[in-house]
Amino acid sequence: MIEIRWHGRGGQGAVTSVEMLALAAIEEGKYAQGFPSFGPERRGAPVAAFNRVDDKQIKVRSGIYEPDVVVVLDPSLVALVNVTEGLKENGILIVNTVLSPDEIRTRTKFKGTIATVDATKIARQELGVPITNTTMLGAVVKAASPVKVESLNAPLKERFGRLAPRNMKALKRAYDELHLSTAA
Amino acid sequence: MAKRVGMEVAIAAAEAVGMCNIDMAAVYPITPQSHIAEHLSEIVADGRIDAEFVTVESEHSAISCVTGASATGARVYTATSSQGLMLMHEILPIVSAMRLPVVMGIANRAVSGPLNILNDHSDIMPQRDNGWIVIFSENGQEAVDLTIQSFKIAEHPDVMLPCCVNIDGFQLTHMVEPIEFPDQKQVNKFLPPRKPYATLHPDKPASMGTFAMSDIFHEVMKAKDEALKDSKKTILKVWAEWEKMFGRRYRPVETYLADDADVLLLTMGSMGETAEIAINELREKGVAAGLVKIRLWRPFPFDELKQAVKKAGILVVTDRAVSFGGPGGPVAGEVKAALYDEKKRPLIYNQIIGLGGRDMAVSDFVKMVEDAVKAGAKGITKDYEFYGVRG
Repeated sequence: MIEIRWHGRGGQGAVTSVEMLALAAIEEGKYAQGFPSFGPERRGAPVAAFNRVDDKQIKVRSGIYEPDVVVVLDPSLVALVNVTEGLKENGILIVNTVLSPDEIRTRTKFKGTIATVDATKIARQELGVPITNTTMLGAVVKAASPVKVESLNAPLKERFGRLAPRNMKALKRAYDELHLSTAA
Repeated sequence: MAKRVGMEVAIAAAEAVGMCNIDMAAVYPITPQSHIAEHLSEIVADGRIDAEFVTVESEHSAISCVTGASATGARVYTATSSQGLMLMHEILPIVSAMRLPVVMGIANRAVSGPLNILNDHSDIMPQRDNGWIVIFSENGQEAVDLTIQSFKIAEHPDVMLPCCVNIDGFQLTHMVEPIEFPDQKQVNKFLPPRKPYATLHPDKPASMGTFAMSDIFHEVMKAKDEALKDSKKTILKVWAEWEKMFGRRYRPVETYLADDADVLLLTMGSMGETAEIAINELREKGVAAGLVKIRLWRPFPFDELKQAVKKAGILVVTDRAVSFGGPGGPVAGEVKAALYDEKKRPLIYNQIIGLGGRDMAVSDFVKMVEDAVKAGAKGITKDYEFYGVRG
């Protein structure tokens, strides 16, 4: 089982990300969960959302405390939130940032795999807005392979309709432009 | 087997209602139930089903509205949560006394105060004695299946009682997970149109829910108690029919590795799945642990519970609500009462857990069972504990 924690700010669409990823995994015949950090959420405040993906039925329904993967949608959160809390030492940290993986390693002291991509730039260019939730799905698929890229087509189409192709393009660009630094 | 589709459980519950050929629904939105209200109103507005969605100004109106509609012979649905259920409280025993098959989804949430919107069972527990059939779901699939089954159970001529399906708020309602939807044609076969015993109609005046003084009220209450106790036979029949048609088995008390267990954990609702993982871990450690899960809370499954716990020496009963100033949690109180006359009874440890959304990890269930085993070996018993409470 792979457990993923997403960090974002209220309104940035972290909940949509976990939903898209869960739907894609289920579409592949896998089992998956996607859920928000339960409770009231305010626009702009730091929020978290979660995924579990497995080949067999997922029974556990508690929170995720030791994720395999952490995804950070908003670059400013690295300094504000302890994004590596509980992240497995051999896990993967994926950050939307202009910084390199090595720079993120210096800042977070994380020893596992670090992946970075300037998703804000990609989202601005492809979608015209700095909303990086769908773009970062491409980074997650590249770095952690919870699902295949194609499996995201159907859920994105269902959610975004005519805007789906642009989201898919942004997603694929993040997949291609990801900088990866394996465990130190 | 039908394809599994990914869906948020609240949306799936509304989809399930949409498959049941309902005539009307009145649902007042409240977190974490709101997605049921929103999605069901969409299903109606989009013309996917031929039903009326009545927008009401409160939960009191919602339950009153569906009660009136049910009295005309309509198939009806409502859903609520927490304070909304508390506001419905006044009407709930009237629905059962009128023997109306209202079906309600409850997205379980803590009741105020202090204000909290997260999951526990403090909303349903005060409704325990209202004469409704009360069923708990453990995952999204069960929420869907039990919702469909509830109409058949409630409307059965041997039952004619309201039925509520508990779906843990957030833990279930806000979870996107795989769900297998039954085929609509099969559902139509399983659930034919309602055949009401009596109906209100302007051309055929009748009175329902009238006055009953001391000469008859006592008898009406006895009749309601008998009807609810008797409903278990029909519930079992409906579940057997469901299993035959759709392959998924439902029992009043579900068990997991319980047959040869020395120590049993008892849960109700969505935490049962996490507890299963804990049982696996305990077994790996060599502890003969098992799990008992109450699905049917009313009518209470006395025989099934006795059967499930008869061999165990220790029983850890978890409760998601408190009977303040009373015996601890309401589930433990019921379990103790059910076993009072048994010759061999397990030592019972009552743990009040997960109030107001306090998370319970696998390790918490493991610890609870291990602590009970240690205490049991020394013969130490306690009334009840608030698990993991600080200060």
